[in-house]
Amino acid sequence: MLSIKNLTVTVENKPILKGLHFEFENGKTYAIMGPNGSWKSTLAYSIMGHPAYKLSQNSSMKLDGQEISKMDPNERAQLGLFLSFQSPLALSGVKVYQLLQLAMHGKKGPLPIRTEAQKYAKELGISKELLNRPLNVGASGGERKKMEVLQAAILEKNLLIFDEVDTGVDVDALKDISHFLTKYKKDKTYIVITHYNRILHYLKPDYVLVMKEGAIVKVGAADLAKKIEDEGYDAL
Amino acid sequence: MPEKSVYKAKKGLSEDVVRMISKIKKEPEWMLAFRLKAYKIFLEKKMPKFGPSLSKIDFENIYYYLKPTENQATAWEDLPKEIKDTYDKIGVPEAEKKFLAGVSAQYESEVVYESVNKELSKRGVIFCDMDTALRDHPEIVKQYFGTLIPAEDNTFAALNSAVWSGGSFVYVPKGVKVTLPLQAYFRINSERFGQFERTLIIAEEGSDVHYVEGCTAPIYTTESLHAAVVEIFVKKGAHVRYTTVQNWSKNIFNLVTKRTHCAENGLMEWIDCNIGSGITMKYPSVYLYGEGARGEVLSIAYAGNDQIQDAGAKMMHFAPNTSSRIVSKSISKEGGRTSYRGLVQVSPGAKNASVFVSCDALLLDEESRSDTYPAMRIKEDAVEVQHEATVEKLGDEKLFYLMSRGLSQADAESALVLGFMEPVTKEIPLEYSIELNRLIRLEMEGSVG
Repeated sequence: MLSIKNLTVTVENKPILKGLHFEFENGKTYAIMGPNGSWKSTLAYSIMGHPAYKLSQNSSMKLDGQEISKMDPNERAQLGLFLSFQSPLALSGVKVYQLLQLAMHGKKGPLPIRTEAQKYAKELGISKELLNRPLNVGASGGERKKMEVLQAAILEKNLLIFDEVDTGVDVDALKDISHFLTKYKKDKTYIVITHYNRILHYLKPDYVLVMKEGAIVKVGAADLAKKIEDEGYDAL
Repeated sequence: MPEKSVYKAKKGLSEDVVRMISKIKKEPEWMLAFRLKAYKIFLEKKMPKFGPSLSKIDFENIYYYLKPTENQATAWEDLPKEIKDTYDKIGVPEAEKKFLAGVSAQYESEVVYESVNKELSKRGVIFCDMDTALRDHPEIVKQYFGTLIPAEDNTFAALNSAVWSGGSFVYVPKGVKVTLPLQAYFRINSERFGQFERTLIIAEEGSDVHYVEGCTAPIYTTESLHAAVVEIFVKKGAHVRYTTVQNWSKNIFNLVTKRTHCAENGLMEWIDCNIGSGITMKYPSVYLYGEGARGEVLSIAYAGNDQIQDAGAKMMHFAPNTSSRIVSKSISKEGGRTSYRGLVQVSPGAKNASVFVSCDALLLDEESRSDTYPAMRIKEDAVEVQHEATVEKLGDEKLFYLMSRGLSQADAESALVLGFMEPVTKEIPLEYSIELNRLIRLEMEGSVG
């Protein structure tokens, strides 16, 4: 369980999140929706530990009882957190396999990593060539998103945040990604940040959270997403 | 001079010292004359007007010639801790460690080297130290020695010409292709890496050779000046690649002159990696004299705390259809300074010359600094010139991305730095690039001095 209490975040002394409370239960799927500028990504970055986001003293984030708010991002990753980036960077010179190996810290050998990566790449429709290149170099937006999902699967994390994994991907890619995430969901926790209901058709969230101006303003079941799609945020 | 004092090291430079060096080596008269002339030139030369300050070099406080046995002055216990730590961390074998550290003058690599050498000499290739070459192949040495880099060239070329000792001699006959890289590391078994090495490489028509200088393990010496001269002759259609991995300890001024004469359709490639030393000034150059000649310099410079790497390249186009390519990658950390200093000159008549220069600098923190001094003198109209330069900071976003995947900060930094260097490191022999990467990773961890 990820338990967030009084999460107050400033960026360059500007208050962004203002005392957010929420408990994400293990094994569930959450959708976080909200208009542009509702600081959804900030929440994701804060959970992962981006250094630019400063937390107030009394902010607390506990992952299965362990306080993580002062940990480095890599320590949080080791506890099972994963963030799929909204705009994954291209890392010239850092090869995909090399990154995966460094990230696994020897828990998986180079060969199993290779075998798994190739298997997942096939399921996601990622070309083999892309795997042999430096990460995301020469990759399209959609390919980059798929590469995030592939990393999530190999690294075997259990609380995964997908920041707009459905933005900038075409219909077929969205289907590939959604099917893949559904297939490997098992007992993992998913937090899916999105603007659109379409990915939620596949992922079927247990809860839909609506964020506005740095606060969670509404929590509902899957049908809330449908309502937002039909009526917009203003109707809430 | 009484015979007894001949082998006794004396600090400082004088005509007597120059004569003594030549006498100990039993050199021919012409070499002594060459040295003495160079010494006079050295006295008149001024220090370079560009680049980092060299005012700390105390020419009077340097031994200009040491017998190999006298070089063993260092005791293992006296070595700086960071040097010993680095040896341990990169896993240098015991015997090799002592050799590199100057504790032992002998490194038993002769067995490896012998078999290679036998194979080479069957095909007429000569690979030996410069002193041996002068003794055994005086006619070749005399024809080329000091003709490309005369003593007049600069202060340190003059100094080297006066007091040179050691270095490599490579001669590859017409049409012979040497498939294995020739490594100075394995050759130096009687004399340690010299302070004033002199290297001469001659690649006859259509031949091919790759020479590797230095090694990735830090080389410790109590002497503070390394002033080498390297002259290379690439004949018609020949190909020479010269790879350097420089990792002198940080008390060293590394001031090296490297130049190639490249004939028709010849190809010269300098691959130059500078990791160590306190101050390095080095600008490998290619003089493209023959039509269709090509020159390349691929370089990496890494400057950590208290280091200045002033490196670059020089490409001189004197003939039509010549081409040159310079790719420079520099990394500065903890207040280190790197500079790219380059000169490309295209002379009138060098029609259809093609020039490509790319220099990228990576800064790891706010204290570090990088400068670019690219000079272009293009005196011909029909020329294609491309120049790119970038400076980037090791981005917080990239670091965060990698750390979010579970990489420690040090791993993330070194992955990014190694990725930045990759276009150059992929060109160097595998065992060297592996060691180089390991070394950079150590530097990133901050566990090495």
